[in-house]
Parts: sequence; structure tokens; C-alpha cells
Amino acid sequence: MAVPSYASPLERVWHYAYLVLCGLIFFFLIAPIVVIIPLSFNVEPYFTFTDKMLSFDPEGYSMRWYDSLLTFGMVAPDGPRDASWWADAWANAKWVNAAKNSIIVGFFSTVLATVLGTLAALGLSRPEMPFRRAIMATLISPMIVPLIITATGMFFFYSNPCELLGLIGLPTNCGRLAGTYLGVILAHATLGIPFVIITVTATLVGFDQSLNRAAASLGANPRTTFFRVTMPLILPGVISGALFAFVTSFDEVVAVLFIAGPDQQTIPRQMWNGIREQISPAILAVATILVLFSIALLTTVELLRRRSERIRGITPH
Amino acid sequence: MANATDPHAASVTTASGAGDGTLTTADGKPLARALARSQGRARRRAFLLVLPLLAFILITFVVPIGQMLQRSFHNDGFSANMPQISQWFAENPRGTDIDEAAWTALALDLQASAEERSIGVVGTRINYDVPGTRSLFTSTGRKVRRGIEPPYRETLLDIDEDWGDPVLWGAMRDASTPYTGNFYLASLDRTRAEDGSIEMVPERQQVYQMLFMRTFWLSLLITGLTFVLGFPVAHLLATLPMRKSNLLMILVLLPFWTSLLVRTTSWMVLLQQQGVINDILVWLGVIGDGQRLQMIYNQTGTIIAMTHILLPFMILPLYSVMRTINPSYVRAARSLGATSWTAFRRIYFPQTLPGLGAGALLVFILAVGYYITPALVGGSSGQLISNMIAMHMTDTLNWSMAAALAALLLASVLVLYWLYDRLVGIDNLKLG
Repeated sequence: MAVPSYASPLERVWHYAYLVLCGLIFFFLIAPIVVIIPLSFNVEPYFTFTDKMLSFDPEGYSMRWYDSLLTFGMVAPDGPRDASWWADAWANAKWVNAAKNSIIVGFFSTVLATVLGTLAALGLSRPEMPFRRAIMATLISPMIVPLIITATGMFFFYSNPCELLGLIGLPTNCGRLAGTYLGVILAHATLGIPFVIITVTATLVGFDQSLNRAAASLGANPRTTFFRVTMPLILPGVISGALFAFVTSFDEVVAVLFIAGPDQQTIPRQMWNGIREQISPAILAVATILVLFSIALLTTVELLRRRSERIRGITPH
Repeated sequence: MANATDPHAASVTTASGAGDGTLTTADGKPLARALARSQGRARRRAFLLVLPLLAFILITFVVPIGQMLQRSFHNDGFSANMPQISQWFAENPRGTDIDEAAWTALALDLQASAEERSIGVVGTRINYDVPGTRSLFTSTGRKVRRGIEPPYRETLLDIDEDWGDPVLWGAMRDASTPYTGNFYLASLDRTRAEDGSIEMVPERQQVYQMLFMRTFWLSLLITGLTFVLGFPVAHLLATLPMRKSNLLMILVLLPFWTSLLVRTTSWMVLLQQQGVINDILVWLGVIGDGQRLQMIYNQTGTIIAMTHILLPFMILPLYSVMRTINPSYVRAARSLGATSWTAFRRIYFPQTLPGLGAGALLVFILAVGYYITPALVGGSSGQLISNMIAMHMTDTLNWSMAAALAALLLASVLVLYWLYDRLVGIDNLKLG
């Protein structure tokens, strides 16, 4: 964007001031995320740049906080790093276990949210869908309702999921979902579903229904039509919806606080503990890893979005 | 999509309107009926695709919230365990003197409840309305568990003279039915006086109205800040050539994709008294080492961190609307003699309003319900209503109170959500 040739001197000054202002806002957006990366290599347990760090002295930097992610919670962290040390880390280190839990919960909740969400988005995108607006509003609401309210509701429901069956005279005691993996997975799937619906319905806008009719008229049954015609076209949208659902689960802490037991501590839960109790630069090491993770995800989603636009013949605008 | 006209429906009206006699399908059925049937089938098929998810959301989301909200007006902790005195309250209107029958009912209920070990539940229920009374119930329960002798009034007053307190009797009357509006009264800083009229609680105990006001005021402020910061950036992104704006867009999307806890942690690191910003200010000589700014664990911390976290939600809708604005309108205005300010104010800005409305509503809705960031960086002056709900859930265990506050918060969010759907349409919600 250049200054038009008819601009007055004052307008030129204003234009450059505007560019500087935008630069500052971009700095505000990105600096907090970037600044934690060097700080996570700090030798000292401080959250600020030491003189050694500022003079780029290698002694000012270390990997000790990354190392502490492995050793924290281990039975024998000081032993030689042989197979048994790694086995100990794999079994007992708190951050390792949190990562395992995050991946398990994230994976299954994403699969559940993506399958249900994609089916529903296909239905919602059909012009003949009844009560479309109301149903859509209901399905998106987990994203809108404050998390604390959702988590509170789940806290009661998951501690006795069959309570309502008593109204129709069935036994009301069928175990707990709170404190189980299944409970956390169901909760995270609920929270991830709106993202799948939004991305997949967006992909289906402009989806040419006559392609399906063409497939049907050429003798394909609905299943073949779906897997050979519809699915390849909407796949980019489905994958980015799935990534959104995964990130939602991977970043979620409130529902975990309320319904997870000690066995289901995820990475955000472990960070929450770390921040509230004694905040150490180990948190920054985790944060750095998560930032790299989100850069990878962002790149994937952007590539998918471009691919989707290309397949559907929408030129980037 | 919802407004798309069905090509089949259109062709039927024109065909049957123009034709003489009924049109039929190849196998001789009336066309209109055959079409209606096939459309009905299509509708059912579409609905069946949505049904599994709808059922899932209803069971794991709508029902749990409904169940939780029920606690805000339904609490049978007292009425279910103290049947005789509840009966007495039902038969005698407010203002009746507490007679011997009432004392008898109370004493026998206390004894029975202590024997069944439900006296703690009863005490907890009354404790919500009159703080500090739980121990009165439990200690009395311990003494009367083995049996209680008449005269009941004198015996109970001997155990603790608080049993004669009219405030306590008022609270027991309120709790004698399982349905109560008291939790809603309490969440608006109101209470029932002895005679049943509604009055404000003493000034020192008024917290909730102030918290609601603070939540709305801070959310409004944060929405305003995201607008002020987001507008120029969105404008720049929308007017730059695609290649450059795609690169700069990464700077907006990266925070959007970064974990909320990571971003909150970064602000803790930056804003601490021994943190990076204070260090820079001291180094620049703006402030002395002794006068480091307290920018975190107070409202300032909440405002800064939440503005940063919610900024992408303002930029993205603004950007997608600004992209579609044709630049020749502004050029036309300029060529007709408008100054750049007039052209912006009268021509450009009004066209950005849809994006502004979408972004502002979304940011406000998200801000009103924020929990994590205020809990971590808010200190005591930066806590919002969500934090109070969490406190009642985990610390005071006054679940009915938490439910009443949640109901009020939920109601305001749903009104805004409805407004958003009206003005913007949920279909237009975009992510990245």
C-alpha cells in the first residue's frame, strides 16, 4: 500500500505514523510469544535476561530446564543415563506422563469430534435440512458458553451420569465418568465439535451438489459417492477441523481441572500446577515446545486451506 | 444456504400452474405428491446425519448444564431431612409465633437427622443463608443423637441459645421447601428480611453486583482495546498485496494457535516486578530500581493479557470484511473533494461495521466468561465472575450459589449469542 500521489505532506506523515503504529501492534502480538524462547535456556532460575545472556556468553545458557522436564518426578533422576534411566523417565516423569495423557485424550476426542462433526456438517449443508438455524446454534454453543459453566455442569453430570435415568424408574447408579479417561475424552470431544462443524461447513459452502447427483446417475451407491466424490473434496476442511479439535483438547485445562482424576493429568493441567505453585523456568521450556508445536500446526492448516481453495477452484482473494 | 431455493420446488409450481390437468410421474403417480414424498425423504436423511451429534451434544452438554442450573433453585438438603418442622412451616404462615409444636418438631427432626448422620447436610443448607450456623447443627446433633427429652424449647436453648435467633428461624423457613429463589437473591446481593421482604445485604458483604459490574466493564474495555489495536492492523492486512499480507498474517495467527496457558505465562514473565518490562524501564532510567511497577496480579495484568489473547478474534472478522471493500469508493470520495478523514469516516468506516460488529460481539462474549487468565494473573482486583463460580465450586462448596451465578452469566452470554446470530449469523463464524 503506497501513499497516493495526490496526498498532502500531512497525509504522508500520517501514513508513516500509521505504519509505525501497525508495527508496534504486531510487536505487541508476537513479542510475548518470542521472548519466552531465549528465557527458557536461562542458566539461572529467573524470568529475566541475565547479563551473561545479554552478552551472548554461552555460560549464560543451558538446557537444564529441558532436562528437568524429564527428571521431574523420576524415582532415581541422578543415575547414569542407561536404559533403566530412560525406562524410569518414561514411567514416572510427570511431564512425560502428562504428554502421554494429552496425546491419548487429544487423539480419541479428535476422532470422535471429527466423525460426528463431519457427518453433522454434511447434513447441515443440505438445503432441505429442517430447523437448520436452531440446530446449528445448539451445536456451536459449547464454544460460546463460558468454559467454567460447561465444566461445572460436567462435574456434576460425570460424577453420576445416570442420575436422570431415575426419572423413568431405571437404576441411577452406573458408575462414574469423572476421573476416567473416557470422561475427559467425551468432555474434550464436546468442546472440539464446534470447530469441526465450522471448518467443514465452510468447506461445503460452494460444494457443487450436482457432483453427487452425477455420481449417483452413473450408478454409484451413496457410500461410494461419499468416499469417492464428496470426501476427497472436503478432506482439507475435515483435516483442519480435526487439527482445531486436537488443539482445543491439547490446550484445555478447565474441564480437566473439574473432571479429571490424578491419573489424567494433561500438559495444561501440569502447567497450571506449575504456574500456581512454584513457577520455574521449566514452564518456559514446556511453553517453548508448545510454541514450536503450534507453528507446525499453523503451517499445516495454512497449506491445507490453500489446497482446499485450489481444489474447489476458489482463487485466493 | 438456508435461503437457497430448491430447484425442484420451483419447477413444480410453474409446471402445475401452467399445465392443464395434473402432471404425473412416469409410473402414473401425481407429480406433486411424488415430489413431496421424495423431499420428505431428503429432509429425513439430512436430519439423520445430524442426529448422532445432536444426541451427543444434548447428553454431554445441554443436559449437564440444565442439571447444574437446577441446583440454583432446588436444594432439598433441609426439607428432605427435617420433615416435621418443614410441615410446621408449611402450615403456619410467616409471622406466627414459634409455639411448642414447632419446638417439638424441630427437636425430633434434629434427633432423627443426627441419628441418620444427615445433620451435616442440613447444617450446610442453612449455613448458605446464615453463615456460621453449620456448627450449631452439628454440635447440637452430637448432643441429641441418643435421644432428647421435653421440654424441647428449654433443652435446645440450653444447648445453644442461638436456637432462639429469629434470623435462624427465617432461614429455616426459607429452606423448608426444596425450591427457593434465595440463591438468586444472594447473587444480586439481596437477602430476605425477617418479615419476608427483600432487602440489600450489609454493605460490607456486597460482592456479587460489584463483580458483575466489573466483569462487564472490563469486558467492554477489553473489547474497546482490541478494536483500537485490531482496526489498523486489519486495515493494513486488507490493503497490502496478498503476498505481503499473507506473511504478516502469520504474526496474527501464531498467537491465535498458541496455547492459552503459554500466552498467559509469557505475560507473567514480562510483567513481573523482576520481569523483562520492568528491567527495561529501569535500564532506560524511566523508573528507579525501587519503584518497579506492579503490573501483574491486579486488574492491569488481566486487561493486558486478555487484550493480547483476544486480539486475533477481533482482527480476523475485521480483516475478512475489509478485504471485500472496494477501494474505488474511497477514491471516488476523494475525487469529489472529501478530505482523507471525511472519506474514511463517511465512506470506509461504515462499510467495516459488519466485521466490527462480529469481532466486538465475539470478543465480548469470550471475555465475559474468561476464567483461566484472570485466575492466574488477576490477583484479587482482577477476578471476574467466572472465578467466583469456581471459588464456590471448589472452596466454599456452595454449589447452589455457584449454579445461580452461572445461570445469570449464562443468560447474559446467551442473549449476546442470540444477538450475534441475528446480526452476523453463526454461519459466518470463521476461524483463521
